[in-house]
Order: sequence, then structure tokens, then C-alpha cells
Amino acid sequence: MTAKIARLRVRRGTPDDPAARYEEFAVPFEDGATVLDGLIWVRARFDPSLAIRYSCINANVCKECTIAIDGRVAYACTTRLHEGTPMTLDPLPGKPQLRDLVSETRPPREKLT
Amino acid sequence: MRDVETDVLVVGAGGAGMYAALAAARGGAGRVLLVDRSLVGRGGATIMAQMTVAASLAEESSDDPELHLADTLAAGRGLCAEALAAALCGDAPARIREMEEWRVGWARRADGRIAQIAAPGHSRPRCCYVDVLNTGPAVAATLRRQIGRVAAIRRVSNLTVTDLVTAGGEAIGAVAVDIATGAAVTIAAKATVIATGGLTRLYRRTSASANMGGDGYALALAAGAELVDMEFVQFFPIGHLAPRLVGMDPIMWDPFRYKLGGRLLNGAGREFLAGYGSDESGAYTTPRDLATYAIATEVAAGRGSPNGGVYLSFEHVPRAELETAFGPVIDRLARHGIDLNRAPVEVSPIAHYHMGGIAVDERMASRVPGLYAAGEAVGGANGANRLSGNAIPEALAFGERAGRSAAAYAAGRPAVDWPHRAGADAADRIVRLAEGRRGEIAAAALLDELRDLMQARVGPFRTAAGLECALARLAAMRAALPEIAIAPGRACNPTLADWFELRAGLTAAEAVARAALARTESRGAHQREDFPETHPSWARSQRVRMAADGDVEVGFLR
Repeated sequence: MTAKIARLRVRRGTPDDPAARYEEFAVPFEDGATVLDGLIWVRARFDPSLAIRYSCINANVCKECTIAIDGRVAYACTTRLHEGTPMTLDPLPGKPQLRDLVSETRPPREKLT
Repeated sequence: MRDVETDVLVVGAGGAGMYAALAAARGGAGRVLLVDRSLVGRGGATIMAQMTVAASLAEESSDDPELHLADTLAAGRGLCAEALAAALCGDAPARIREMEEWRVGWARRADGRIAQIAAPGHSRPRCCYVDVLNTGPAVAATLRRQIGRVAAIRRVSNLTVTDLVTAGGEAIGAVAVDIATGAAVTIAAKATVIATGGLTRLYRRTSASANMGGDGYALALAAGAELVDMEFVQFFPIGHLAPRLVGMDPIMWDPFRYKLGGRLLNGAGREFLAGYGSDESGAYTTPRDLATYAIATEVAAGRGSPNGGVYLSFEHVPRAELETAFGPVIDRLARHGIDLNRAPVEVSPIAHYHMGGIAVDERMASRVPGLYAAGEAVGGANGANRLSGNAIPEALAFGERAGRSAAAYAAGRPAVDWPHRAGADAADRIVRLAEGRRGEIAAAALLDELRDLMQARVGPFRTAAGLECALARLAAMRAALPEIAIAPGRACNPTLADWFELRAGLTAAEAVARAALARTESRGAHQREDFPETHPSWARSQRVRMAADGDVEVGFLR
């Protein structure tokens, strides 16, 4: 299999960060790979500071990796990467953003402060 | 004054941790603090369980805990801590029926009995489940509902415990990092339960969630507890390999084999298990350690499938049977281009469960007063090889015991007397790291490399040379810890979390590699190419402890 390239346009920064922006990553992938695979690849090989929430990785049971992909709410772990047009990734709409793709999804009673 | 004070601190909120919190409250603890690095009740291993839960309910045939224990001991290849195995098998029926009272929804036969199937290694149908492939999510949701009803239980998500705090040899609490803010948090606790699960995330091929990085083992070692049976990592033999599936646990073929049999074939399309002493004849009977060994041997001999595994075929199973057993899943497979009637899938061993863990007695007490363990974090109950279906009852039974014991211990103890500067070094480290640090080395890259290293050198096949190579590389990675870059920004900083994950993972990995190097025989999940025989003189467990200088040492029970 030859590696294909997906372009991920990722929302970076924190809410109070004047430098908040989209950053684009070129991610090599094989058929079947997911957006979460691509983000984990970026963290291991390119930019470890990229923040994304996930737990079960591949089973779609924890539901922690819910983000907005091209404006639609979706699971990063089940959305396939594709070639061509960039895929735009944002934190969940309607929830406070904490950093990059991580939004505040903890139930209010499960916060420390 | 600490940041938080509690009677019982439970670290890890999967099945074992949630149950431990319930049991601690039931046992009279007025303040129970249940924390998880992920989201409470969402991370961990329990929620990922596909199907089997072993308990001698005797719904399908005569059964009792003694028979369950006999099967567990046989699967453990002579190494089970019998008191722990007996606790698991003895408590399982009550825990499983209690889950039913809490409306978990175990699958039932047409006549109303709870359905129980015979899994490999069980002498009778003993494993119940929630359809379809929904055991883990149903158990996790049930426990989340229960803990939500108990006012004494305070839940905190995204809190990573980095260090336990001891005073005078007793556990008095912990230091943690609040992921959302990057702040250091000190927790005074009269008793602490470690329920952090296993370490299979340290391997490249794994069914584990992100949380199974071995942190609980590192915490316990550093606090003065001992670990046991650390060399025994269970590789689930038929983890999904190809074609790529997403959104489905790679363990999913286990339930398919329970219900439909299926045939395991090598690259040449031939059945091969009989050559390893296990003639399945279409049924699913081969224990996990033997099947893993057989598959790895076929692949090593050049008789594997194109992607480096073997074939699992359901081509001979009538369509109607497939649909009846797994209707919705068959549809999902079709969307992935998989038609089980037309072609086999490829499978290969995948790190699934850790038999080793914190050494405890049947009250789940470690040798450190005030420190308890529950669930997969505990070592010994399953010896050298775990029987399928024993993980969920272990989580619930040991969670119940640990929570009850911790509450009783806390009740007899005055408020924690927190010495000046206790935990201060650990808290200072968090504060310092959270300030950020320039550097050339990324913990995320080393964690990625660690998984390849463990897979290749400390995986299903081991040699002295490979293990020594792994230990040398682990030492080099440890030496790099002070130089690892931390990105700026305290809130949700993944490089800060990575640093602590790497530190803990290296300790856990070293415990496995050292124990594996010392055991000069092959037994259960520990297979040495240079020592292929099983020796009766090795029918004893090894202990791992941490020396005063931080070295990880292997020996026997003193």
C-alpha cells in the first residue's frame, strides 16, 4: 500500500489566546485510517503539544473524541481520513474550548474547582 | 492543610474503581473521592469489554465456585495466588446477580434464564453477557448510575495522580495534576485504593484504552508496595488485524467464536492448532496462551497471512446463523466491506490484559498500611494465564473487597497528620514542569518508541538478549526524562501529561522486562525462546520491589 496524504486543518490555541488560529498538517495514511489516527501521528512525530481528548482509541465506546469535522459533530475515531480537500477540525461547538480540540465536556460536578 | 481531604481515595474510575467507591461508602466512609485521569466511568478497560463475564450462576448447568476456581487455577499454570482466585470465584455470583438487580440486562434464554456460554478453559457454560457485544458499556453505565446516587462519593475527572504520599511507612494520600488547569493538587486520604487497570497500552498491538499505561504499578512500587507475576502479559490470540476496521474493538472475534465456532487457518489455508496439541474441530476451546504461541510460531515459520497473522474463517457458517447471532454487527462489517461468508479476516495476537500487578492479601491490602488495590491493578489471581471471562468479576469482586477494607481502615484512623513538606517535592515538580521547558526530546515520541520496543523485545516471544536490549533502551529513555521538552501553557497541556505517563510507563515496562529476564523457563503467557520448557522448580511467583535508590529489583517473597 502506498501512503496517501491527508490535510488536517486544526484549530489551535486557547480561548484567551490572541494567536488562536488554524494550523495545517500533512498526514500520511493508509486506507482505513481515521482522523484520530492522524492526530495521534501528529503528536508522536510532529507536534506533541496538540491537545485532543480520547480514551478508548478504536472501540467507539468512550465517546471522548467527539469534535467538529468540517462543521459537523463527529467522532475522530470513526471518521476516515481522505486525500484532497483539507479536513477542518474544531472543538465541539457549544462547549467552552480549553485548548486546541479539547473542550470542557466534564459534567460540572466532576471538576475539582 | 491539604487541598483536598478524604476518608478513602480511589484512583481510577473503571469498573473496579467505581465499585470500590460504592463499597467504601456502603462500608461507612463519609467522604469518598473517586478520581480518574480520563472521564469517570468512560475510560479504563471495563467499558471496552465485549462479552464474557464468568460466574458460577448455575443457570445453564450445575456449577459452583469450587469448579470455577479449579478451572481458574488450571488456566493459571500453577501460579495463581489461590486465596485471591478463590475470592474472585467465590464473590462472582453475588456481584453478577447484584448487577442484574441494578438492571444491567444480562442476555436471557427464551425460558427466562440468564444465558451462559462455555468459553475456552471453562468446564461448563459459565459466562454471561449483554447483547450485542455490549457487556462493558452496560456494566459501566450501571455503575455510573449507582455512584451518581451516593452523596458520599465525590467524582473528579481529568485528575492524574502522579505520586502517592507516605509517612512513617503508611499511605497518607497523593499528589495529582489537574489536567484542565495544570495545577498541582495534594490529597490527604486515610486510605487509598489503586484501581488504575493494567499496562497493555505499553505495547504496539493492543486492545487497550489510553489509560492502560501501567501508572498504578509505578505508584505502588514507589510507595513501597510489591508487585507480583509482572512477566505475565496476556496476548489475546485473535485480535483483529486486517482489513482495517474502525469503531470496533479488535477483540470482537472472541464473541464470534463463542457463538459460531469459526476456523483458524494459517497462510496456506490449513488448520494448524492440532499441531500444537489443541484439536478444536470447529469449536472454540484453545486457551489463550497456547493459541498465541501457535499463531506466533506459524507466522515466524513463514506460514502467516499477508499482514503477518493468520486467517479466521466463518465462510462455512450459514448466513442465517450469522444474522441471528450478530445481526447489527454483520451490517456494520458490510459497511467496512467485510462479508464473512465470502472471505476470512486476518487476526494476530494483541496485548489484552496484565496478569501481574500489586501484591495484596484477600482483603486487597498491600504491604503498605492504608494502600489497597482492585481490579486488573491487582496481581496474582490469574497466575500465568487468565481464563476468559474472569476480568469483569475480578473488577467487581476486588473492587468490593478493596472499598470495604479501605473504609474499615479509614474508620479506625484519626485525621491524617500530614507532615511538613510531605508530597512537596512531587507537587513542586508539577509546578516546575507546568512552567514549560525547552528541549529536543518529546515524551510523545518516546512513548511511541516504547510501544515498538515492548512489542518486539518484551512481547509474546522473549530471549535474554532481547530483554537485555530492552532494559538498556529503557534506561536510556529514563535518563532523558530531565531533558524532555514541555510546551508552554498550563491548561490541558498534553506534553505535561505525557511526561508523567512516560515516567510511570518506563517503571512498569522495566518491572515486566526484569521479571521476564529472571524467569528462565516458559510458562503460560511468558514464552522464552531460549528456555522453551516449563520447569516444576519455577512454579512460584516472583516479586518486584523498588530499592531505596529507585532501582527495580526482582526476587521472591521474603
